[in-house]
Amino acid sequence: MSAPALTASAPAGLRFHPLRDSATMLRRNLKRMLRYPSMTVMLVGMPVVFLLLFVYVLGGTLGAGLGGAAHSGAAGGRAAYANYVAPAIILMTVAATVQGTAISIAMDLTEGIITRFRTMHIARVSVLTGHVLGSVIQAMFSLAVVIGVALLVGFRPTAGLGAWLATAGFLVAVTFALVWLSVALGQVSKSVETASNLPMPLILLPFLGSGFVPTDSMPAGLRWFAEYQPFTPIIETLRGLLMDKPIGNNAWIALVWCAVIALGGYLWSKRLFNRESSH
Amino acid sequence: MTITQSRPAIAATGLRKSFGDHVVLDGLDLNVPRGKVFSLLGANGAGKTTTVKILSTLISADAGDVQVAGHDLAREPDSVRAAIGVTGQFSAVDNLLTGEENLLLMADLHHLARGEGRRRAAQLLEQFDLTEAARKPASTYSGGMRRRLDLAMTLVGSPQVIFLDEPTTGLDPRSRRNMWQIVRDLVAGGVTIFLTTQYLEEADELADRIAVLDHGRVVAEGTAEELKRRIPGGHVRLRFANPQGLDAAMRVLGQASRENDALALRVPSDGSLRSLKTLIGRLDDRAIEVDELSVHTPDLDDVFLALTGNPTHEEVTTR
Ligand SMILES: Nc1ncnc2c1ncn2[C@@H]1O[C@H](COP(=O)(O)OP(=O)(O)OP(=O)(O)O)[C@@H](O)[C@H]1O
Ligand SMILES: [Mg+2]
Repeated sequence: MSAPALTASAPAGLRFHPLRDSATMLRRNLKRMLRYPSMTVMLVGMPVVFLLLFVYVLGGTLGAGLGGAAHSGAAGGRAAYANYVAPAIILMTVAATVQGTAISIAMDLTEGIITRFRTMHIARVSVLTGHVLGSVIQAMFSLAVVIGVALLVGFRPTAGLGAWLATAGFLVAVTFALVWLSVALGQVSKSVETASNLPMPLILLPFLGSGFVPTDSMPAGLRWFAEYQPFTPIIETLRGLLMDKPIGNNAWIALVWCAVIALGGYLWSKRLFNRESSH
Repeated sequence: MTITQSRPAIAATGLRKSFGDHVVLDGLDLNVPRGKVFSLLGANGAGKTTTVKILSTLISADAGDVQVAGHDLAREPDSVRAAIGVTGQFSAVDNLLTGEENLLLMADLHHLARGEGRRRAAQLLEQFDLTEAARKPASTYSGGMRRRLDLAMTLVGSPQVIFLDEPTTGLDPRSRRNMWQIVRDLVAGGVTIFLTTQYLEEADELADRIAVLDHGRVVAEGTAEELKRRIPGGHVRLRFANPQGLDAAMRVLGQASRENDALALRVPSDGSLRSLKTLIGRLDDRAIEVDELSVHTPDLDDVFLALTGNPTHEEVTTR
């Protein structure tokens, strides 16, 4: 018998295993997050700071301006505002996590190990799906912390178990979509600094929607934008689920937005990853 | 089976690659037999890394036909990737993971069973002298340790064709010898090695065939011996006790050249026993005292310097 044949690689060895490879890459990313916890802390810290700022500093006044049910005095306004702003802060938590995704993708691409992955017979997309799944898990962790703090400062959701489960599922869908977008943004960035700036609009969009004040208090042009941008139906859906309010067709609009963003982000990311490495 | 056997591990014809208008590879031809060590030599910037990147599917060539491990590089890159292992010039380890985790990551990506992966990782850690550092993050490794981990990671999947781009740069002499032994063992197991190096001693030591890359083409190819024979430079060096001896020898040996400071002469010679006998005979006849005699055959350094690095030419290829 001769030395190992070079040509006759068994077809079984040539099959791709995207699920298995994605699970491997997910483990890699979770380990990296644990080794570098300051990033996760920073990502949770930002929405918590905003929450405290909006409830304690601005909440009294903004709550009084919400209108609707009679709010007597600043304390009542503050409680009402905590309930109003919580969905926006929840969405901001997701946005902060995906900003972290963009940063860690950009950092990862500068590491030599990615070059090694490119020369290996693995399902390429698993490098990206590992990041996506890792970020979704990280977002769920951050959301649990932020919602916990929100409950402590006066957030009083009226949701039952079913509505909470629906909220969790909805948040996974939103996170999944924004993470894919962010994976593309992280790759398109030439540097880690750019990667941390590009997803900034995602953090600002809740402000330019119904996140912090009702859209009908805004000037006409801005109001038009606020009502049609994707974050408004997402926030309204969250508000409806958590506060037991009518959702209308906001949920469908939000889910369609998520599907479009996820698909667009996925295709863009894949294309970016398959382009030739420049270094 | 005979067809498979005669097939080279790597066959490239007319390989071209430019970055902008900077021509790096200008019609490169390579033929690397299976189960051998093939070494690519070239000055800094000659295009060695570019060649490795093309052959390992990282970047595409502008033109040329390439077969690696029997697969067409352009049409079946996945089959090529399944057959090769690459240790590039720059570190390709995950710095946040430990050495052991890096190896287990490779084992998982090659779909080894859990126990098998652990065994393979432990064995490679041992083989590369990394057992003690196995549980430390790779970011804390020294340059040489990282280099060894890098190669260990390449070996997890037992590739048939291995690319090593300057694998021993930055290694201490003992690690380097260790690495050479590992390369020899791999070749004994039927693996093909494509090696680039700056250490000509290394090519001399390991390579079955050597190609010298200059201005985008192979300017010489053969075994180390064949290359050394191609260039002049062999000589005998004679050292004398006094200037009288030196002068006398100069008169006898017409074509000798004088070394400036020392009382020494260089006499061109192919180093064969016959020519040495003649030389000694002529000195003996005149009773010329020689303090010391040494024979110099050209080494790969001479070959390298003779064949590469024509600076005026470089101006033409760079923009
Ligand atoms: N991505 C790139 N863009 C532009 N020029 C490049 C790129 N990669 C390599 N080059 C150029 O191609 C030439 C060959 O580079 P390469 O890295 O292949 O050299 P090398 O032989 O490996 O050198 P060394 O011994 O220093 O490692 C160099 O002049 C380099 O500047
Ligand atoms: Mg190089």
